[in-house]
Amino acid sequence: MSEELHDVRLTVNGTTHEVRVPARRLLSDALRHDLGLTGTHVGCEHGVCGACTILVDGAPMRSCLMFAVSAAYHELTTVEGLANDDGSLGPVQQAFMDCHGLQCGFCTPGFLTTITAGLRQNPHPTHDEARDMIAGNLCRCTGYQNIVKAVERAAELAGTAAGESPPEPPRPGSAQLPSEDRDEDTASTGLGA
Amino acid sequence: MTTKLMGQGVKRVEDQRFLRGQGRYVDDVAIGSDTLHAAVLRSPHAHARILDIDVADVLDVEGVHAVYTYDDLTGPMAEPLPLLIPHPALTHGRTQYALAKDEVNYVGEAIAFVVAEDRYVAEDAVSRIRVDYEFLTPVVGVDAARAATALVHEDVPGNVGARLEQSVGDAVTAIANAPHRLELDLTIERSACMPMEGRGTVARWDPDINRLQVWTSTQSSTGVRAAVAVKMGLDLGQVDVITPDVGGGFGVKINHPWPEELLVPLAARALGRTVKFTEDRREHFISSAHERGQVQHIEVGFDDDGRLHGLDVEFWHDHGAFTPYGLIVPIITSTQLLGPYKPQNYRVVFESLYTNTVMVTPYRGAGRPQGCFAMERTMDAIAAYLGKDRADVRALNFIQPDEFPYDQGLIFQDGRELEYDSGDYPASLEKLKELVGWDEFPAFKAEMAAQGRQVGIGLACYVEGTGVGPYEGAHVHVETSGKVKVATGLTTQGQGHATVFAQLVADELGVKFEDVEVVTGDTRRMPYAVGTFASRAAVMSGSAIHLAAKRTREKVLKIAAEALEADENDLEIVDGVVSVKGSPGNSIDLGTVSVLSNPLRYAFDEKSRAATQFSIGDPGKPPVAEDEEPGLEGKDFYSPERATFASGMHAVIVETDPLTAEITILKYAVVHDCGHLINPMIVEGQIHGGVAQGVGGALYERMAYDESGQLLNASFMDFLMPYVTEIPDGIDIDHLETPSPLNPLGIKGAGEAGVIPSAAVFAAAIEDAEGLTITAMPISPSELYTLRQEHS
Repeated sequence: MSEELHDVRLTVNGTTHEVRVPARRLLSDALRHDLGLTGTHVGCEHGVCGACTILVDGAPMRSCLMFAVSAAYHELTTVEGLANDDGSLGPVQQAFMDCHGLQCGFCTPGFLTTITAGLRQNPHPTHDEARDMIAGNLCRCTGYQNIVKAVERAAELAGTAAGESPPEPPRPGSAQLPSEDRDEDTASTGLGA
Repeated sequence: MTTKLMGQGVKRVEDQRFLRGQGRYVDDVAIGSDTLHAAVLRSPHAHARILDIDVADVLDVEGVHAVYTYDDLTGPMAEPLPLLIPHPALTHGRTQYALAKDEVNYVGEAIAFVVAEDRYVAEDAVSRIRVDYEFLTPVVGVDAARAATALVHEDVPGNVGARLEQSVGDAVTAIANAPHRLELDLTIERSACMPMEGRGTVARWDPDINRLQVWTSTQSSTGVRAAVAVKMGLDLGQVDVITPDVGGGFGVKINHPWPEELLVPLAARALGRTVKFTEDRREHFISSAHERGQVQHIEVGFDDDGRLHGLDVEFWHDHGAFTPYGLIVPIITSTQLLGPYKPQNYRVVFESLYTNTVMVTPYRGAGRPQGCFAMERTMDAIAAYLGKDRADVRALNFIQPDEFPYDQGLIFQDGRELEYDSGDYPASLEKLKELVGWDEFPAFKAEMAAQGRQVGIGLACYVEGTGVGPYEGAHVHVETSGKVKVATGLTTQGQGHATVFAQLVADELGVKFEDVEVVTGDTRRMPYAVGTFASRAAVMSGSAIHLAAKRTREKVLKIAAEALEADENDLEIVDGVVSVKGSPGNSIDLGTVSVLSNPLRYAFDEKSRAATQFSIGDPGKPPVAEDEEPGLEGKDFYSPERATFASGMHAVIVETDPLTAEITILKYAVVHDCGHLINPMIVEGQIHGGVAQGVGGALYERMAYDESGQLLNASFMDFLMPYVTEIPDGIDIDHLETPSPLNPLGIKGAGEAGVIPSAAVFAAAIEDAEGLTITAMPISPSELYTLRQEHS
């Protein structure tokens, strides 16, 4: 019993790789084990957690739900491709650092790629839109509080890079009672930037 | 003077590699075609006798290198896995075998282990193994375990692994004589840690030096090392265990050795190849560990003011099919149940019961959420009975600030007295009431009611024993470059140890933060360690690192004083330079001090030239003094007498939909006291994560076993782990900093706090909104809806 192998050309972060894989090889496994791009993580292998999210022609896709053979002829972007050209952290990455948007770091690559695509589509998300943007990814460490802040911070950083007005520090999270005025300071955590 | 970093929200050094996709988790190690991959055949039945295992078809699969069943195991490897924490009350402790011998006791138990060219092929091979079973009656849930019409282990009567009773005073009499009495029957469901990265192990045997190297996603490198050495018949010195980046633990990875942590090294040595096992999500659900499930009966006696006269608690703890981690979880429930209160008279008895389900080992909170649920439901019941304010009833029973140290008169999980070291519970409660708007809530509730909306508020208090022993150690080394390398043996699963420990070293040693590099969980660098659990890393390793840095500083000053011809007391170290105070020109950098600390025969660069035998030292004395060692290093250990007790209080405001029973969180407030904060940004991150896990545990997560012992929701599609949409938008946090007198930094642990009061606080708030008594958690909208129907 021998598996038929397929020659596949995968273009990842602007570099083209030739791999020979069985038809059933998941794209996530091909990236990690055939190309050694281990930044993309696998958290559930059934498309729910979002840790393995990469960009396929700019759109976020779960690489555990795609076969490597079906990724040929597409432009793939993984977490390894999100830094700026000069090697510094890209705006979403920098925002996660500024806002303490990660703890164990395992789910982080999927959030970074998802938010990168999300901000391209909606560069100025409202607070609710920032929450919606990450609503398909699971994180077990952070309780999402600082990831939401990071989305807003990333929008500011990306805006500055694009020549918009300069960024302000991330605003502290606050839970609002529907009918009460609250002092903003009571919610301040002294966190972030 | 350099700013002190202790207490600063320093950004994390580890983030750079994580954000660039350069983290190294265990599945990222040994990438390449030389590595073989393992897959495990797991029992599809909860309780069955194994009559025969036929692996003949497996060897036909191209790319298969080996298949192991129990019959292939010899010596210590064929013995049951270790019972890690024995206890006299655990009269019927049982552990599983690395591969099932004769019988399986839960769905997911490992039966056979296949090693192949890749994981796909290994799984193909697993599917070709044929096992003949004789079915036995499965025991699922506390009720079935107590009924004991069927037994999990035929030599364990009544399915009782342990029965433990502790008491202070005479609770039964005190309750009988109290002006008022209440009884409560409570239930709390199973949940699980569910780190985003499951378990995983890689091993490589080096035949040239007869040495085994193991990478594993664990919370105790040294524990795995000792277990692997014993099981494989190797000297400890032949085994290195490295814990690389870990994608979350939350307790499940403290249990060890998992079968795969032994089978992977076994296969690596036998096959002469690097072998890797990476657990998938379904495997994590059915073959790692769960926690929480308990049934509780409480009797309480109190006076007209709500003051406790006596508390009598009996509970039944479902520990699953095996007890590798002993009685830690139910012992913590039984002791930490008391929280910040003085019960006057207390009796607790629990039975730890076998069921044919995944075993139970600590999950963040480790038995405290159950204990907190019992105590706080009791407080709410007393307040409701007397028509008093729930906060007032609690305050009346608090241990007061002038009563510390306060001995609860019980024995804690570490075998030491349950003696609280410090705290200020009245101050915490005042802060919480302020933060959540406790006193203003009735007006808000009335206002909402006028709009046809139902809201409720709840609060819950807890005390958490953190930083349990026995010890941790640290090694600090100043290299000749002036860079500082720090090693401590416990592991890291996202807590930012590389940052907070570097803060401590930078402060004590007077070096730049960015010049300090911290390594954790590598037995080559620090072979003496315990592990990361019980919110102990900052307290234990933090203290050890502080002490080791202090020793290093003493050595720096001694050598520098000689070199600068000055008195040690006149020296200061700032940004890695030692200078005479008030005379900054008279200085020497730490790198040079390091060179001088190590008298050399051979010069290999410009710096080391300065330390050769013709350059330094008094020719009349030995180059290394009698009481000295070469090298600029410091090593020390921290071993406290007992745990330090952190505390906190949470409050939540919820809205329940009158029609659909949907439960919405309007506000979540936390007051937390973990002593001095090393890094408030990281502490608050820990609280955020704990609260989110608590929301999951209170409103969404459960292990849905059917009566045959099948876990029906073993995937992220069916086990409802919260997304951002389920977590409150903002968590209000306030800190109190009551230092611990037990360690040099005055710190207490913070890791588990966020999750402890969740079930209690949500039950209280939903009860307040609905006017219904809540006795079981978690609660879903459909369960709440059913409760309404029952009460209408």
